Amino acid sequence: MYKPVLLGICFLIMASGFSQESEMAEIEGGTYIPLYGNDSLPVSVENFKIDKYPVTNREYQMFVQENPKWKKSEVKALFADARYLDHWKNDTELKSDELENAPVTNVSWFAARAYCKWKGKRLPTLDEWEYVAMADKETADARKKDGYNEFILSWYEKPKSFHQEVGSTYENYWGVYDMHGMVWEWTADFNSVIISGETRRDENQDNNLFCGSAAIGSSDLMNYAAFMRYAFRSSVKGNYSIRNLGFRCAQDSNEKENSANEAL
Amino acid sequence: MKLYKLMFLSILLLGASCKNNEDKSEKSEPVVQAEAEPLPEMSVFQLPSSWTTQEGKDIQLEELRGEVLVMVMIYTSCQAACPRLVADMRNIQKKVSEEANRETKYVFVSIDPEVDTPERLKAFAKENEMDNDQWLFLRGDIEDTREFAAVLAVNYKRISPMDFSHSNIISVFDKDGVMVHQKEGLGTNDTQTIDTIEQHAID
Repeated sequence: MYKPVLLGICFLIMASGFSQESEMAEIEGGTYIPLYGNDSLPVSVENFKIDKYPVTNREYQMFVQENPKWKKSEVKALFADARYLDHWKNDTELKSDELENAPVTNVSWFAARAYCKWKGKRLPTLDEWEYVAMADKETADARKKDGYNEFILSWYEKPKSFHQEVGSTYENYWGVYDMHGMVWEWTADFNSVIISGETRRDENQDNNLFCGSAAIGSSDLMNYAAFMRYAFRSSVKGNYSIRNLGFRCAQDSNEKENSANEAL
Repeated sequence: MKLYKLMFLSILLLGASCKNNEDKSEKSEPVVQAEAEPLPEMSVFQLPSSWTTQEGKDIQLEELRGEVLVMVMIYTSCQAACPRLVADMRNIQKKVSEEANRETKYVFVSIDPEVDTPERLKAFAKENEMDNDQWLFLRGDIEDTREFAAVLAVNYKRISPMDFSHSNIISVFDKDGVMVHQKEGLGTNDTQTIDTIEQHAID
């Protein structure tokens, strides 16, 4: 009977220790016009919190230890394909040239979702993610700046950007790191993107993007950078595990950070 | 390995039930369950979500094990593609043999659980003359619906307060819940869908 109580106390002490430096950033909501979507109506985003860094291999190791059904050897194919944690040597260890503090990748959407739930959090919605990702170092919406777009596009050309410790790219306006320049990230409703031309409006969008005849200006570059993200989201399935796809978690702003881990 | 574990478990349960015979004599149920084949890894019944039917009854997907399932995701207030998806489902059901239909359920899952209450689903079933055992209408919470769509590879997005944009996919699952066929698009050729249902219903 004492053990759980003791553990609980330990946890509380640890939690309060950690919370000195919060691992999440507060994001003030607002409206924004998504770069790519079915229509260009403004979307409103509530206040929320998001992890400052993508979830790392080390953090994911702890998750797997406490939730054996997400071990490489135990996970069900419905929830994660054969490449799940492919860069790990076994259920607990990374391959020798991998970094513990690099973002965990090769994780499916189901796995990312379970991790966030375990943390008392959730995956950010697509709109929340895009909202935070609009920022550069100084401004909340830097999408019209050339430098912002050039950074993203040059990253698209860089191989193996996942092989970096979290925090290696810039800290943005909100105090959030690595939204661009490291890995792609899962969102809660990644499967809300429809680019297959099922509706006439979608088809038009695609034509606009692919057949655009105007000279390449900053707005084209900005559309192209975002289009790549949306196209990528629409092309993946929930159990895909991909080498350059990781995640971070979010939370409603009224939720307590460091709330007790929920057993799954 | 899992089978061994199950057998071991069932022996344990048997033992336990024998000891407790005096107070509880009907402990044999878990043993029957333990004897069932473990679910295939790709089975949709691995999803832990629970759903409410058009009759207001709460069910786990796994309760549908043992029947071929033909599934589609729709929302009842839909004016555009859904009536055609519903028509496609009806056409498939009509063309499948009576024998195979006895082993098959046609399932509609709502992508708009906020609006599609069980009552609304029931009314929709009646309107479309699908108000019998052959047809099942399900709603879950928003999270589970998103998850279910991820399994079916159905993409959807709310595009206005009233409307969703969504993929038009009819999926067929075998009796263990493993997806065996998908038909994409509206009014497309359904021969292969029907063959798949026949083949898995009568095995």
